[in-house]
Amino acid sequence: MAGVNARAKSGAKTFRVVVIALASVYFLLPLVSLADFSVRFPLTGKVDANAWLALIAPDDSGRLDLLREGLFNSLVMAVMTVVLAIGILLPTMMLVRLRLPRLSRIVEFICLLPLTIPAVVLVVGLAPIYAVISTKILDANTIWLAFAYVILVLPFVYRSLDAGLRSIDLKTLSETTRSFGGSWWTVLWRVIVPNVRSAIVSACFITIAVVLGEFTFARMLARTNLQTSLFQINLSDGQVAAAVSLLCLGLTTLLLVALDLIVGLGERRRARTLAPVTVED
Amino acid sequence: MSVAPSVTPTHSRDAAPAASRRRGPWLSVAGTVPFFAYTAIFLVLPTLLVVVGAFRSREGVFTLNGITQALSERTIGIFINSLVVSAVTALIGAVAGALIAYALATAPSGSLMRRTFTAFMSVVAQFGGVMLAFAFIATIGINGMVTRLMTQTVGFSLDPAMLSTLFGVGVVYIYFQIPLMVIVFLPALDGLKPQWREATANLGGTGVTYWTRVAGPILLPSFLGSYLLLFANSFSAFATAAALISQQTIIVPMEIESALRNENDLGMDAYAQALALGMIIVVALVMWGYAVLGRRASRWQA
Repeated sequence: MAGVNARAKSGAKTFRVVVIALASVYFLLPLVSLADFSVRFPLTGKVDANAWLALIAPDDSGRLDLLREGLFNSLVMAVMTVVLAIGILLPTMMLVRLRLPRLSRIVEFICLLPLTIPAVVLVVGLAPIYAVISTKILDANTIWLAFAYVILVLPFVYRSLDAGLRSIDLKTLSETTRSFGGSWWTVLWRVIVPNVRSAIVSACFITIAVVLGEFTFARMLARTNLQTSLFQINLSDGQVAAAVSLLCLGLTTLLLVALDLIVGLGERRRARTLAPVTVED
Repeated sequence: MSVAPSVTPTHSRDAAPAASRRRGPWLSVAGTVPFFAYTAIFLVLPTLLVVVGAFRSREGVFTLNGITQALSERTIGIFINSLVVSAVTALIGAVAGALIAYALATAPSGSLMRRTFTAFMSVVAQFGGVMLAFAFIATIGINGMVTRLMTQTVGFSLDPAMLSTLFGVGVVYIYFQIPLMVIVFLPALDGLKPQWREATANLGGTGVTYWTRVAGPILLPSFLGSYLLLFANSFSAFATAAALISQQTIIVPMEIESALRNENDLGMDAYAQALALGMIIVVALVMWGYAVLGRRASRWQA
C-alpha cells in the first residue's frame, strides 16, 4: 500500500514539475523576446543599448516627446483617480455601514457594475459626455479622463475598502469617538483612515496599475496617455516601445508584489487580533 | 443607554444619539449624494446613452438606422469573428489553465514553487493590451526572436503575417486567458476534499471513477463559470487587437472604434451605439450564465 502511495506521489510530482516547467517557458518566452528586441537592431542584428539610453539621455530631436507627454498625463491621472475614487467611496461606505445599512446592496451593485460593462461599451456612452466636458465645462486636456478612470477602478477600490472596513469594529470605534466629542470628520480622518491604512494602500496600487495600463478610453476619445503614446512610438521606433513596455511590466510587477505583501500582512494582523471572534463568512 | 449618567457627565449621552438619529437619516443620505451623483454621470448615464442612443438619430428622433446597419451582413460577420475568437481562446485557455491549476493544486499550498508561480500568473494576467502585442511581435513577428532562431536552425518559421489575422489575435489572447483561468479555477480545485477520494477508493472506485463520478461533476459548474469569465474577457478585449492590426476591422471593438472616430459621417453615432448595445446583450447573457453556475458551484464549497 505504501509503495503504491509513494509511486502515485512521485508520479504527481513529475507531472507537476513538467507542467510548470513547460508553462514557465511559454510565459517567459515573449518577455525574453521583448528584452532581446529592445537591444537588437532589426536590420543588422547589431546589439546595443541605444533604446534604453534614449530613455534617460536628454534628447532634443523630439522623437520621445509624445512618450513623455503620455507618461506625464498617465501619472497625473493616476494621482487624480486615487484621490477621487477613495475620496468618494470611503465616506460613502462609512456612512452606509454606520447609518444606512439598507443602501449597502445598491452601493455594492453600482460599484461592481463596471466589471460587467466592457470598457469599449462604456466609452461609447462617455463620448457625448466628454464632448460636453471638453467644449462647455473644462477643455480637451487628457487628464480629465481621470473622471472616467474612477469608474474603471471602482470595483477594485470597493473590494479593498470593503475588506478593510470588515476587519475593524466600525461601530464601536465611531461611537467611542463621537462620545468623546469627536466630529464625523474626526471619525473619518483620525480613526477610520489610520485603521484601514493597508486597505487604502492596496486600493491605491491597483488603481495605479489600472490607470497606467489603460488604452481603450484614451484611444477611442483620441487623447494621449502612456499606452496610446506607446502605440504611436511603436510605429516609428519599435525598440523604444519594447524597452518602455518592459519597464511598465516591471513597475506593475513591483506594485502587485507590494500589494500581495500588504494584503498578507493585513491578514496576519487580523488573524492575530480577531482570532477568538468568528466572522460570519 | 442604561449606563449611569455619571460616566459622561459633560456630554449627555442620551440626548446626542437621539438627536442625531432624528435628523440623522437625512444628513447621512445627503452624505452619500456625491457617490450617487458621480456614478450617475459617469456610469449610469453613459450606459443609458448607449441603450437609448442605439434607437435615436443625432437630431433625437427615433430611428432604426443604427440597428439596421448593425444587422448588415458585414457587421454580423464581425460579430461572428468576435464570438468565435472568444469561444475558442476561452476553451483553449480554460483547458490549459485547468491543467496548470491542477498541477499547482497537487503541491502543498504553502510551497515556494506554488506561491511563486501563482504570483507570476497574476502578473501575466495583468499583462495585456498594447504591450502584449509588442511582446508577440518581438517573438514571432517578422524580426522576432523565435522567427530568427527557427530560420537559423531549422530553416523555416511561422508565417510572421499570421499575427495580423484573426487567428494571430487568438494566439496572442491565449497568453492572457490561461493565467486568468489558473487564478479563478485554483480555488475550486483546492476545495476538493481528500476524503472524497478516500471514500471513493474505500467503496471500490478507481481513479477514473473518482474523476468521472465525483470530482468531475463537482468541478463542472466552476469550470463552465470560469469558461464564461474567459469568454467575456476576450470578447471585451480591444487594445491587443488594435496594436496587432491596423488596416482592417475584424472584431466588434475595432468596428466601434472606427465608427466612433469617424468624423466624416456624423450618422455613425447610432451605429456605434447599436454595436455597443449588441456587446451589452452578449455580455449580459454570459454574466447571467456565470451567476447561475456560481450558485451551483457554491453548493460544494460550504
